[in-house]
Amino acid sequence: MIEVRELTKYFGGRAAIRELNFDIRPGEAVGFVGLNGAGKTTALKILGCVLLPSSGQVRVDGVEVTAEPHEVRRKIGFLPDVPPLYDEMTVGAYLAFAARLRGVTGRDTPVRVQESEDKLALRDMHDEIIGTLSYGYRQRVGVAQALVHRPRLLILDEPTAGLDPVQIVEMRNLIRRLRGEHTVLISSHFLAEISQTCDRLLVIQAGEIVAQGTEEELAAALGTAGEIEVALRGPAATALDVARQVPGVLDAQIAHSAAHEVVLKIRAREDCRPEIARALVLAGHQLLRLDRGASRLESIFIELAQRERLS
Amino acid sequence: MKAALLIARRELGSYLRTMSGYIIAAAVLLVDGILWNAFALGAQQDKHSAEVLSDFFYFSSGTTMIAAVFLSMRLVAEERQTGTLVLLTSSPVRDREIILGKFFSAFAFLAMVTLATAFMPALIMVNGKLSIGQVAAGYLGLLLLGSAALAIGTLGSALARSQVLAAIISGSMLVGLIVVWLLAAVSERPLNDVFLALALWGRHFPPFQAGVINLRDVAYYLLVTYFALFAATRVMEARRWQ
Ligand SMILES: Nc1ncnc2c1ncn2[C@@H]1O[C@H](COP(=O)(O)OP(=O)(O)OP(=O)(O)O)[C@@H](O)[C@H]1O
Ligand SMILES: [Mg+2]
Repeated sequence: MIEVRELTKYFGGRAAIRELNFDIRPGEAVGFVGLNGAGKTTALKILGCVLLPSSGQVRVDGVEVTAEPHEVRRKIGFLPDVPPLYDEMTVGAYLAFAARLRGVTGRDTPVRVQESEDKLALRDMHDEIIGTLSYGYRQRVGVAQALVHRPRLLILDEPTAGLDPVQIVEMRNLIRRLRGEHTVLISSHFLAEISQTCDRLLVIQAGEIVAQGTEEELAAALGTAGEIEVALRGPAATALDVARQVPGVLDAQIAHSAAHEVVLKIRAREDCRPEIARALVLAGHQLLRLDRGASRLESIFIELAQRERLS
Repeated sequence: MKAALLIARRELGSYLRTMSGYIIAAAVLLVDGILWNAFALGAQQDKHSAEVLSDFFYFSSGTTMIAAVFLSMRLVAEERQTGTLVLLTSSPVRDREIILGKFFSAFAFLAMVTLATAFMPALIMVNGKLSIGQVAAGYLGLLLLGSAALAIGTLGSALARSQVLAAIISGSMLVGLIVVWLLAAVSERPLNDVFLALALWGRHFPPFQAGVINLRDVAYYLLVTYFALFAATRVMEARRWQ
């Protein structure tokens, strides 16, 4: 569906993205993950045909973006990082306008508007003025706008930003439902979020893709199972020694030390929580808690970010 | 072209839903009304109707140009500022359709406001004779001048990052095009003709005031409109490469 080759975009003398290469198959949901300023928005804007690349090729369904942007724009629905909303319009009128712009006929428009309002739980907001909506509702109208014409490819730049927990779950379910019917490309820095909805992740760092694959593949490629956090009662120094002796442990540090509780942060090649627990208990420590520290993906990501900084 | 009309219709709706449209309309009517009382009706009571009418179109041309700058400054720049331009640029709509749609909406609005001043010349009928021909020519002139000024304003709005900047850019371009006429006075023969032909107001507007429609003047204003809109489209396209 999408083929990206050597995609580069300069702003003045600085490259926002550099020689990106990736493919997205039809019906796949792919997540773009990266820190602030990594180049996610820039890459998505190029795929959304809002910006043109400085060099490289982007092909959507075999159509070259620079040669026939008009053709490509017919196939896509795009939610930019700032939802493009006309504050003085009502939700219904706005969605109808978006549908007509994308070539939906006047007769089909009411049905499509209703359909997208239903998908985003916006039915009750049909006659509300957009300017009076709360942030989360604005975000939802932004997403509704992107899918009102049933595009083959849906590009959403941080669709869950600013949503409440209920809506985050709803949005996650929505994206899961859309996948298959549409090809979906979303960006986020909220990693746990995106790994749940996407088939595959592209990790972008300082304008370059540093890793891609499923969560498992990323973890395997890095040779890390992420971080393990242990809370125990006993002397911190010996606990640290014991933890470091466990096979598979790469590194251990004292995160927090007090009279009644010591917290260790352990990085391990694979998930060796049982071994760590046994070793600590055998050494006479009182184990209070043992779990994966931050979310696993989070630590994979931090790992990638740090690697990039070192190199 | 369908997309241009779609965009124009939405824009017109937004003039009517927001304050800015009404404010501009009210300001134009107010200023024209004051000038009408001060110039056309005041001073010498024994003016001919033709002169009164000519005066009216003279100052109306000024208010029309100023209104055009204020109307057009928001067209592209505001949407760029608020981020809504992406809705248009990510849709299967060509940049020239975006520019045309914006221009159409502003022109339609300006035309409505301009034609709403018609009650002033109509007042002449109370005390004098009114030449319908002169009124029609005058209004044609105003609409043509307004269209050229709006097109230049659209170009300024496409160039600028903010509305204020857009107003400054288009204001400068307009003033520049008007005062080219002054250069004609201080330059030698072949050159001063060029300056005269280029000037936005100097040679081209006064005939309309007097009720004379020259094809040359009509063509001039249409050409300015065309070139300014063409340039604005090019600016939009270039922005994608940035
Ligand atoms: N219009 C622009 N002009 C100049 N530089 C830009 C422009 N847009 C983006 N950049 C630069 O390109 C780089 C990538 O920005 P981009 O917005 O793509 O990052 P991002 O991954 O979307 O970040 P975030 O998570 O904060 O949204 C940044 O260094 C940014 O400063
Ligand atoms: Mg971004």
